[in-house]
Amino acid sequence: MAKVRDVCHHVRSKNAGPFWVTFDLFFDGAENYRKYHNSPALSPALFERLYGTDPALVKTIPVEDLAMVKISYPRATPQGGMEERDMHSGQQYVRLLEVELD
Amino acid sequence: MNEQFSDGVKILVPTGSLGAGVREDEVAYGVSRGAHAIASDAGSTDSGAAYLATGKSKNNRGAVKRDLTILMRAQKQAGIPIIIGTSGQAGGDINLDWTRDIVLEVAGELDMTPRIALLRCEQDKATVKRLNAAGRVRPLPPLGPLDDATVDACDHIVAVMGVEPYLAALESGADIILGGRSTDTAVLACFPIWKGAPWGQAWHAGKTGECGGQCAEERDVSGALLTVRDDGFDVEPLSLAARCTPHSVSAHMLYENTDPFRLTEPGGTLDVTAARYAPLDARTVRVTGSAWEPQSYTMKLEGAGGGRYQTIMLVGIQDPDVLCDIEGFHDRILAALYDRTRKSIPADELGEFHISLRMYGWNAMTGAPVPKGTPTPPEIGMLFVATAATQEIANAIAHACNPYFFHYPAVMDKELPSYGFAFTPADVPRGQVYEFKLNHVVAVDDPMELIRTEWIDLSVPQAQTLEAANG
Repeated sequence: MAKVRDVCHHVRSKNAGPFWVTFDLFFDGAENYRKYHNSPALSPALFERLYGTDPALVKTIPVEDLAMVKISYPRATPQGGMEERDMHSGQQYVRLLEVELD
Repeated sequence: MNEQFSDGVKILVPTGSLGAGVREDEVAYGVSRGAHAIASDAGSTDSGAAYLATGKSKNNRGAVKRDLTILMRAQKQAGIPIIIGTSGQAGGDINLDWTRDIVLEVAGELDMTPRIALLRCEQDKATVKRLNAAGRVRPLPPLGPLDDATVDACDHIVAVMGVEPYLAALESGADIILGGRSTDTAVLACFPIWKGAPWGQAWHAGKTGECGGQCAEERDVSGALLTVRDDGFDVEPLSLAARCTPHSVSAHMLYENTDPFRLTEPGGTLDVTAARYAPLDARTVRVTGSAWEPQSYTMKLEGAGGGRYQTIMLVGIQDPDVLCDIEGFHDRILAALYDRTRKSIPADELGEFHISLRMYGWNAMTGAPVPKGTPTPPEIGMLFVATAATQEIANAIAHACNPYFFHYPAVMDKELPSYGFAFTPADVPRGQVYEFKLNHVVAVDDPMELIRTEWIDLSVPQAQTLEAANG
């Protein structure tokens, strides 16, 4: 059972402007990239479940040259708003680490 | 490209953001390499809406003055223009004026007499409403159509500039350009474009250098040198101790973007799908294959406003009865705080209010239940955040809640001395909550339609301010 943390050497999250959060998942090597970058476990439904976002707006873009996949979603609450807990979304990636990919 | 630039147009990017710490030795290195211009942005939306809403800079005045002093000294020596975008962190008129005053002060101290162009892109509400009513404003996801109430809720609105206002200022002989809100990329791309470089190469170079040395592998570097050519561009860090690699340069396209291949800019899209990254030497990467697709001209609107007010309190808790049931404790005390607030403050005075508790050391980032079996931490920090219509009411809520926040028992009827307060007074008025209200673009007939260029020419004996209103 491979988790994101097992097959990626680096996972990060960051705000992409005030309304979007973006994740970069850098896989360990081309083989892990091929095997897992389009895993159904990383589908928009995951981001709906973990972050309460509209799955129809989730964007997924693989970057083969860097053996990574970029996944972005619109924030459910405004950046810096009343209930802000992570202004730059820099800690949002942690919830992805335990996601099981197969 | 202009024959004078057959070896490429060299842009010295001294830092990722003016005020973050320009390094004198790096600037000297860039100048010695024949830099034709110095360009940097001075902010972004990254740190939130407060800077646009209030007109304040994130960096302190001393830090910005220090950086500008180093850059203007280099300018005096090399005779090359300085181009600054998104002045004062947010690029609104107040942010721009703040930066202008520092530049004037430094010019006086260094005995310099530059021609300064101020590019203003702040929009008044009536203009935005007029453009919206004319059907020229459209939303970007996740926001919907713009309404007048949203425009009214903004304290300041800017239209994000592309290269054209900078090209016009360069063409009119500016020595220093202080731009309002601009895309980071445009600030770096404008000079090579002015000198005839292909737009795809110039925009991609601009994107690569937007954070200065961050496109390098070793991060102990502040700036980068971009050399834009007819057939590509080269990028190297300004510190000899650092190096760019094909991986570090291509990976920078991922940064703060949702799409690493296509970047929408005013007037077109940068497409790097076919870009190739190759080492030129041990520290320099050459990039080829970048393309620019012109499109109808749109500018992004950014609007920010201050909303309700907050007051916070913080306690540390080591009490084992709390720590063995943090979520149960959270839910009980939160309900008790709401109840006490409603009983302590008359409803008509209280209005709509909100209380949240964030359990630092447990689940403050997510607010979601932690996985079963998570070990109990040795202590947690409980942050109380009250939100209300005015600072006075937010303070009053904190005052009403203070006794419970002080010693609400984990187990009823069990006496507690107190949790660990960090401050006296215990409550900290935090001020307003600031939010970005717009995620929209406006279609313009002319890239200068929403821009006002203002000149300060210090070379004229008695400084004259010439205003040229465009559109």
